[in-house]
Amino acid sequence: MTALGKLDSTNLNGGQKLAVKYFTVAAALFGAQVLFGLLAGMQYLNPDFLFGILDFSVNRMVHINAMIVWLLFGFLGSAYWLLEDEAGIPVVGLKLGNLSFWIFTLAVVVVVVVYLLVQVGSGEHSSIWLINEGREYIEAPRWADIGIVVCVLVFFYNVAATFTKGRYTGVGGVLVLDLVALAGIYLAGMYYTPNISMDQHWWWWVIHLWVEATWEVLVGCLMAYGLMKTLGVRRKIVETWLYIEVALMFGSGILGLGHHYFWIGTPEYWFTIGGFFSALEPIPLVAMVVHAVFDAGHHKLKSTNNPALAWIIAQAFGNFFGAGVWGFMHTLPQINLYTHGTQWTASHGHFAFFGAYVTMVIAYFYMAIQKWRGDVYMSGNVIGAWKWKWALALLHIGMLMMTMALLISGYEQSQIERAIGGSDWVAYFTAQSHPWFVQGMQWRQIGGYIFAAGFVLLVWDLMTIGRRETRPAQIATAVE
Amino acid sequence: MSKEIWWASESFWRKNAIWITAGSFIVLIFLTFDTVNQITAGGKRVPAYSAINHRITYEFDEKRNMQVPVIGVEEPLFGTKLTEEEAQALVSRGKLTTQAKNCMNCHTLLGNGAYYAPDLTKSWLDPSWGSKDIREQQMVEFLMNPQDRLHNGLGRRMPNLGITEPEARATVAFLKWMSTIDTNGFPTNFKPIDQEN
Repeated sequence: MTALGKLDSTNLNGGQKLAVKYFTVAAALFGAQVLFGLLAGMQYLNPDFLFGILDFSVNRMVHINAMIVWLLFGFLGSAYWLLEDEAGIPVVGLKLGNLSFWIFTLAVVVVVVVYLLVQVGSGEHSSIWLINEGREYIEAPRWADIGIVVCVLVFFYNVAATFTKGRYTGVGGVLVLDLVALAGIYLAGMYYTPNISMDQHWWWWVIHLWVEATWEVLVGCLMAYGLMKTLGVRRKIVETWLYIEVALMFGSGILGLGHHYFWIGTPEYWFTIGGFFSALEPIPLVAMVVHAVFDAGHHKLKSTNNPALAWIIAQAFGNFFGAGVWGFMHTLPQINLYTHGTQWTASHGHFAFFGAYVTMVIAYFYMAIQKWRGDVYMSGNVIGAWKWKWALALLHIGMLMMTMALLISGYEQSQIERAIGGSDWVAYFTAQSHPWFVQGMQWRQIGGYIFAAGFVLLVWDLMTIGRRETRPAQIATAVE
Repeated sequence: MSKEIWWASESFWRKNAIWITAGSFIVLIFLTFDTVNQITAGGKRVPAYSAINHRITYEFDEKRNMQVPVIGVEEPLFGTKLTEEEAQALVSRGKLTTQAKNCMNCHTLLGNGAYYAPDLTKSWLDPSWGSKDIREQQMVEFLMNPQDRLHNGLGRRMPNLGITEPEARATVAFLKWMSTIDTNGFPTNFKPIDQEN
């Protein structure tokens, strides 16, 4: 046993050793996401910036693709993090899991290098197999799609086999079933058709059923485990809440898919189904807020890991406001007709991905660093606490500023481009030139810089928190 | 500990979670069969690829209270009438080009994509092309050499993506075909190019 506060991998179990590898790559890709977001944002203000070298399309592709991949890495890492603890035995097939991690990482590096250096191909099948599939969020070329599926299958094998050989907890059961859906749905995005309506119909199966269904349930599992670890909440309570969340999330989210089927050629009945079920989508997010806040209060905020708990609470609120409220604001077709494809969506996208997912992965980063340093003290008055608090504050201030600025630009677009101008190209550029739109883009960029500062501070904090602590972690106390 | 209330019990919610998920998924599968059937090319909502042999307009439908695409008189693209197979091959090449050139990370198509450049759903019908007589050639030339054609006060330009002439023509075919899709009135209040002779 090494001294408290020293980074030592013997403090981690096998799954956790693999988890911290995933977390390290996730954090690096998070940095790439922020960097390329800043570049794309600058191009709104100065279109000549990097024109012909790194065009907006390239920066924006890396921005959103890095996000999807780093969150996936974060989720995989988080699952490996809790796996041995939940199942009660070492990870089954860990060597294969490790190999898969290196292959996955190498594939991501190759994909990004090709994005940056090759950028586009000719209008042939070979381009979408080797360079870029050209479909938002799942731009990865087909060879990489297949690689992703293989790596996810290895991951699934690790998780399912470990729970099966060890024990199935409620968290474990939900996680395994959710991963079946998550991996299966990805296949819906892996085919080519000249029919763009059909293309987008299946593309939404991947995008929506990931981010508004299976990913939500996955963070539900992560929250359940996180609350048990940081607060000492009883398993029965978190697992009952988890089932409530699953029922409400899948009950609203699966048919909520319909809100993407208003304008892509799909039948009119989706207006009713999509409108109704997506209006219900915020309900499980309210449940998560109630659950997290109630538990934290019930335990009088006495946690083993204050930064992690703070990020879990941030997740509960961020998910509710970013995904729930911001999503609901423009989900009904009567409104969406004027907001679809404007900066409203960008506002919602930024806030929702941050609120629902980034927050939870960061909470796991903090749980990981604590244990890696030998279960060091990370409760109130941890040495250098200003860093995690300021990182949390700056990331939130930056994100809220971006969200509000994009929303104002979106309002202006809905009114001037859509309602008045009639959505043709002249109307589009009239709206884009309007001072209200331009000011929104300027404030978004300032928000981006603040967010980037928060990211730097977060990384610095993750590398240093607990280093000079000699106190052991506070023990979570069960409360009846 | 007090006796557990049935509606707050773990097993009640576990069963609910399973049944609600399974039920929703079955409904989705059922609807998917119908939707896929309705959006297969050649139907009422998503016309056959050979629709590019015709004039496409976007007209207000009183009954549905929205604008809908209408396939009108014969007006073949680039003056050449194509069979269904030829039309599909051309549209497909155009769609592959839009994917390989990553159009969706600046533009939106059917409203989905990025917001740095205009929506392409009705680009075939956009009044900015000037007149319908020069539209096809204008589109091809623009796609092949967009970088010097500043068309807005913002300074935003489309980069040269190395689009060849056959790719440009195929892309125009894809865009013309996309404008025939019944998008339930999206975009609304759109004023299309004058196509009357």
